[in-house]
Amino acid sequence: MKPIKLTLILGSVVGLAAAGYGGYTVFSEQMLSELQKQYAQPTLEIPAKNQTTPQRVQLGKTLFFDPRLSGSNWISCATCHNPAMGWSDGLPTAIGNNQQLLERATPTITNVAYNKLHMWDGRFRSLEKQALGPIEAPEEMNQNVDELVKELSSLADYVKMFEAAYPGEGISKDTIAKALANFQRTIVASNSPFDEWIKGKEGAISIAAKNGFKLFNGKANCNKCHMGHNFADNGFHNIGLKNSGDDQGRFSIRPVEISKGAFKTPTLRDITKTAPYMHNGIYATLEEVIDHYDRGGDIKSNLSPNIEPLNLSKIEKQELLEFLKSLVGDSEFVAVPELPTQLISGKESS
Amino acid sequence: MKYPLLIGVIVVCLFSVGSAVAKAKGEITILQKDRSFVQDGSQVSSLVVKTGVVLRFENADPFAHNVFSLSPLKKFDLGSYPKGQAKTVVFNKVGTAEIECAIHPQMFLEVTVE
Repeated sequence: MKPIKLTLILGSVVGLAAAGYGGYTVFSEQMLSELQKQYAQPTLEIPAKNQTTPQRVQLGKTLFFDPRLSGSNWISCATCHNPAMGWSDGLPTAIGNNQQLLERATPTITNVAYNKLHMWDGRFRSLEKQALGPIEAPEEMNQNVDELVKELSSLADYVKMFEAAYPGEGISKDTIAKALANFQRTIVASNSPFDEWIKGKEGAISIAAKNGFKLFNGKANCNKCHMGHNFADNGFHNIGLKNSGDDQGRFSIRPVEISKGAFKTPTLRDITKTAPYMHNGIYATLEEVIDHYDRGGDIKSNLSPNIEPLNLSKIEKQELLEFLKSLVGDSEFVAVPELPTQLISGKESS
Repeated sequence: MKYPLLIGVIVVCLFSVGSAVAKAKGEITILQKDRSFVQDGSQVSSLVVKTGVVLRFENADPFAHNVFSLSPLKKFDLGSYPKGQAKTVVFNKVGTAEIECAIHPQMFLEVTVE
């Protein structure tokens, strides 16, 4: 269902509420059925050359947690994308090689498989292309990938794991990237109260959350960018944040005026697990985020036309917050893999 | 009584001529709908047109869209505009241009001008 139709249906329901249905939004079975279609979990687009197998996922997971993927042998992918912190790091902006403070926040990789473009500026078109980006970036993991291939090739278990995952392809830039992408596709948010509710479990979310959902799709304009199952439009918007410095975001990839200061819309799934918020980590809480949008942003230069003052009441802000909390699903137990140590020579890796 | 009738006839003639000219040059409307480029009700990712064609991009989504191309054939940026508004671009040279929406990069259209 299209957002405009949803708005119309919700509008008619507001009329019912005003007519004496208890002063809150009523959602009919037909409406919930439409919502199920609108928020249905899409089928993952998996490249033919990197179909998911248990061996590939296990290899990718092992690589993901292995700090030897960095030049310092001290930073793994999981250092910043920590499963205990919503696959992010809890920091306003990331800390990279040599403890340097980076310009942008670590985005969660929850539901990253649903993104059409990757990184805050969308520079990579696939997870396979993205996987080596942070590893090779001097300010992030600072790893020479040719050296990495040599390191991994010296470890007996990695040789076996790569052969099991990608028979005959060997250990290479390509297979490292493919394995990491394969693992990342398995990190998917699940079983949120919102999903339960639209499936028909009426009490799965509170009345306040239902009202918040109505606001989300109406007065608060959130669904202009945060749409569909992943609550993200795969788009780029300048939302008027302070403290963005010289970071031009998407403009560095597509030098079009509207892209100045525009960054990729992040998912809202599991949102309470991934504070602080925004590409520059400027807000510690969701309340601050809601206040930002209520003000219509702070920096008006090149501001997205989707952003305008909302005049939300205190109660409406609380209802929006309750709705956002309903998007938080089950926390999956993540077993940290044991890393290979046995050298092909028979010695233990240091 | 004569004048209103005369003016009406002239207006109708002008309108007809305008339409004919537009048709001769070729004006094609592309909707920006559900974050896709849509022509005659179907998603379109490539289009072959004649030189002189006018492509008219109409926003049919309830949020802003943009249209731009950085292709050497025709560099342009139509800015961003809301639902109901349309902007046009003319292609006068032979070649190929890649057109995107800067806000929603999955909206991609390759235009080949013959």
